[in-house]
Amino acid sequence: MARSESMETCGVKITSRVLSPGTAAGPPLVLLEPLSFWGAYDPATGTIIDTHHPQCGASLTGSIVLMPETRGSGSTPGAIAESIRRKTAPSGIVLLKPDVNVAIGSFIAATLYGLRCPVVSVCPSDYERLAAASHLSIFEDGSIEVRL
Amino acid sequence: MSTAPGLDEIDRARLAGKQGRAMQFAMETLLRAAQIMGAARLVPITFAHLDACFYAGQAHVDFAQHLLDNGASFSVPTWTNVGLVSLADETLRPENEAPQAVSGARRLMQLYAKLGAKPVWTCAPYQLPNRPRLGDHIVAGESNAVAFYNAVIGARTNKYGDYLDVACAMIGKAPFAGLHLDEARAGEMLFDVTSISPELRRQDIFYQLLGHHVGRRAGQRIPVVLGLLGDASEDNLKAVSAAAAASGGVELWHAVGRTPEAADLERAFRGRVPPTAFKVTKNDLINAHHELSSARDGPLAMVALGTPHFSFTEFAQLISLLAGRRIKPGLKLYISTSRFVRDLAASRGWIESLVGAGATIVVDTCTYYSPAVRGMSGRVMTNAAKWAYYAPGMLGVEVVFGSLKECVESAVLGDVWRDPNLWKHVA
Repeated sequence: MARSESMETCGVKITSRVLSPGTAAGPPLVLLEPLSFWGAYDPATGTIIDTHHPQCGASLTGSIVLMPETRGSGSTPGAIAESIRRKTAPSGIVLLKPDVNVAIGSFIAATLYGLRCPVVSVCPSDYERLAAASHLSIFEDGSIEVRL
Repeated sequence: MSTAPGLDEIDRARLAGKQGRAMQFAMETLLRAAQIMGAARLVPITFAHLDACFYAGQAHVDFAQHLLDNGASFSVPTWTNVGLVSLADETLRPENEAPQAVSGARRLMQLYAKLGAKPVWTCAPYQLPNRPRLGDHIVAGESNAVAFYNAVIGARTNKYGDYLDVACAMIGKAPFAGLHLDEARAGEMLFDVTSISPELRRQDIFYQLLGHHVGRRAGQRIPVVLGLLGDASEDNLKAVSAAAAASGGVELWHAVGRTPEAADLERAFRGRVPPTAFKVTKNDLINAHHELSSARDGPLAMVALGTPHFSFTEFAQLISLLAGRRIKPGLKLYISTSRFVRDLAASRGWIESLVGAGATIVVDTCTYYSPAVRGMSGRVMTNAAKWAYYAPGMLGVEVVFGSLKECVESAVLGDVWRDPNLWKHVA
């Protein structure tokens, strides 16, 4: 079906599991490989700095970052919190596999700085739908509005 | 937030803010983590080793300051990991090299001491007295300590990330999930080293190379090693723990006949049928050696020992290997250790003689991460797989890997020396 200016934007709502609450909106940025937020990501600039990562150089700032999982590091919460503090962080993070480190980093930053970067997890089929969207809005209750 | 079942009266009072804002914050953090980890309840812990005292940005300092300002205290004995800097020697990482990080790191370490953590500043807390016992639930974050506590002592911890380690220590509990549970501690892979000659299995380098190899293969799974000698020392097991945690992310491993949860093969796998063993060969060890050496042999700028922190028995070996000789003038020999072990070694006169021989003893911190200690550059030799794994990326130095004896002889010569006897026993 052809789209026209007069048509309502096609949208759906998806429910997610809230790991750290907040509201956020932005374009999705799908990471092709798991990312370690410590060592492979620079909180000062919000960019991927690991030369082994296929998206090295990409900025995560302001996007809703979709990633299947993180590469585990005990320093992840610190890197996430620092990035949120410096306002270089993604506006929100959507995971396939719930990750305690990402969630705690976001939760601590919310408490210390009042800055929100919601972290949620979704099932694989919803993950695919989110990845294909042009714009996502995450709400406090974990519902995600998808604009195609 | 929904409250996890099994909260006692004190937990509920903390959650309600009756013990101050900091304790409430810690309880909220802990419950959030428990929910994500799928823990049905919290489990009391007896000890915590904090990694959050290692500076990783201003957020770390703000977090600790927030706790101090809001009445935080620890509910269990809580010790500190290394810091980014040494509080004992400010010249090691001078402030003008990286002003924000160095001053932030110092401030952070002071904050954790003020909060009541025992300032041991070591990544090898298991070398100090009063360590946890078999079956104790504890909290640790430093990767080698997690692997050592789980594997060698049989105390139970997950690898706790920043802030959650602190929250657990404040509440005195952890989410009852992961490696705290019996069923999660069964071996998942089997490595058979029985084809390696017993002579080589007695060498310190064997354990470093084995750990690196096993970690590479295991990733985050639980490896079981068959054929470690029954008298393998804690230094040997420390080497396996640190190397496998660095190259793979191993948090628990078992050595059949040597570690406490692996009296035999059946127990190592908790009654399950062991999988087909990977036979560890001479080539695996040689490959590991190559992977840990980013540079060819040649003149050395530095020799780095003590990752994880050098033990009392390692100091004894070093003194005996050095045999009163001086190291090559101009070469730096750094030995990282804890204040506790340093003082113990000093009581034997060893520190005085090592310093007299030209060595530098580093406490509170380590030498493999940035900012480089005293502008270190060039070719560095180390006996520590963990050092060799991280330093090329973190410091941009070239690394040559060797045994403790090779490191000592090389430090005396100023050039890499190879032990002709080391590999001759290899089957």
